[in-house]
Amino acid sequence: MDLIIEGIVAALKLVASVDKEVVAVTLLSLKISCSATLISLFIGIPTGTMLALADFPGRRLIISMVNTGMGLPPVVVGLFVTIFLWRNGPLGFLEILYTPLAMIMAQVVIATPIVTGISIASIQALPSNLKLQVLALGATRLQMIWILVREARLPLLAAVMAGFGGVISEVGASIMVGGNIKGQTRVLTTATVMETGKGNFDVAIALSLILLTLAFSVNYLLTVIQQKERPR
Amino acid sequence: MKKWILLILVVMLFAALPAFGASKTVILATTTSTQDSGLLDVLVPMFEKESGFQVKTISVGSGQAMKMGEKGEADVLLVHSPDAEKKFMTDGFGATRRLVMHNDFVIVGPAADGAKVKGTTGSLAAMKVIAQSGAIFASRGDNSGTHAKEKTLWKGAGINPEGQKWYQQTGLGMGQTLNVAAEKKGYSLTDRATFLALKKNLGLVILSEGDSKLLNIYHVIELNPVKSPKINSSGGKAFADFMISKKTQETIGRFGVEKFGAPLFFPDAGKNPASLGL
Repeated sequence: MDLIIEGIVAALKLVASVDKEVVAVTLLSLKISCSATLISLFIGIPTGTMLALADFPGRRLIISMVNTGMGLPPVVVGLFVTIFLWRNGPLGFLEILYTPLAMIMAQVVIATPIVTGISIASIQALPSNLKLQVLALGATRLQMIWILVREARLPLLAAVMAGFGGVISEVGASIMVGGNIKGQTRVLTTATVMETGKGNFDVAIALSLILLTLAFSVNYLLTVIQQKERPR
Repeated sequence: MKKWILLILVVMLFAALPAFGASKTVILATTTSTQDSGLLDVLVPMFEKESGFQVKTISVGSGQAMKMGEKGEADVLLVHSPDAEKKFMTDGFGATRRLVMHNDFVIVGPAADGAKVKGTTGSLAAMKVIAQSGAIFASRGDNSGTHAKEKTLWKGAGINPEGQKWYQQTGLGMGQTLNVAAEKKGYSLTDRATFLALKKNLGLVILSEGDSKLLNIYHVIELNPVKSPKINSSGGKAFADFMISKKTQETIGRFGVEKFGAPLFFPDAGKNPASLGL
């Protein structure tokens, strides 16, 4: 019990003192996970919309694959991205292993199925008449898609939250493709693992508190936007 | 609403923008002990400032570090698993292998010492007593240098711990393995540097030390560019040369004195390996 209280006190002190290294680690976490979420939105929302609206053979198979991918274990992603990025791997010429770029890549792989899956569900949850109605009013196909995506914007925000939540909190992939290098690829989760290993529980608790606060703030912001617009 | 989403997108883009510059980098594959003890936090910035190379330290077990070396996924190794290193050199994966420093392994356990390790003479006797008592022993189990040393000790003691209920393999780094040992009130083999660095939270004490079998010797290995043409061999050489330079060796000898009252590593560059019993 002492350890917990001491840890939290030390953690608060560390946070209050605005330790330069902790700030850098926090900013890097945000940078990497925001980039990854953003990229996964650009891939996932169009793909999800397409899968929800189109009709083609193999559609169910692909949707099942996306749904499976929503629970993709980060370590598995980390392992495969590492193998691909090795100097002697297929993407070795990029020379980005152990850089933030590699971490973004791995996190995109983790977040994209989550965003795609929720996008499919959001678009499909719209009243089925809406599509017919819009088309009947003379909209082109593209206009129709745009209107449907707009209509589904609130549930789509859930996709942003789930995607971001998934990547900011994962450690398996980040530690493998990033290597937890000081000043370069050390993020909140990998630093927490390391400090725990070193026995610096107070620092580990401080980093965890920052991580929780960060995840909460981002989700709070998005929730406020979402709830503001809810139909009353 | 639209504005809000746009704003968020812009903020995210802005956060993503700063370029991730790629300068000349050296990948150093090393053991967890050099990292967990904090030694590399001192040496790496020194080297980067001096040489202009940027170091990517990947801290894994010695076994995995050498695997990375074999595959050409690292540029230089700092490891402590002499037998495996010799094989690595004869197989032609390394270009040079130079002595850097040593410290020693210690056998640690709970202060209550239910297995009565204290009072045994020599590390082999200590291992035997632990096995006979059935007290929990936390092993790295990860092919690291420490794990390799532990296996030689078991072998020397004539014990096969594999599959025994009291023998628990963590598969984790030294620090975490010590935490497991502490939590389960068990015994473990650890390098002295990591133990001293973590001691304050552990509640474990040194029960057996000083045996010549417990020496822990670190070498720096440059990789063979013929085997792995993609490696940064000039960077690897620069780091290896740096490790045995006079200034670095002095820093190594001083490291930890202030905090722990005794050095964590003893510099050995240029010494005759035979003097360490190699």
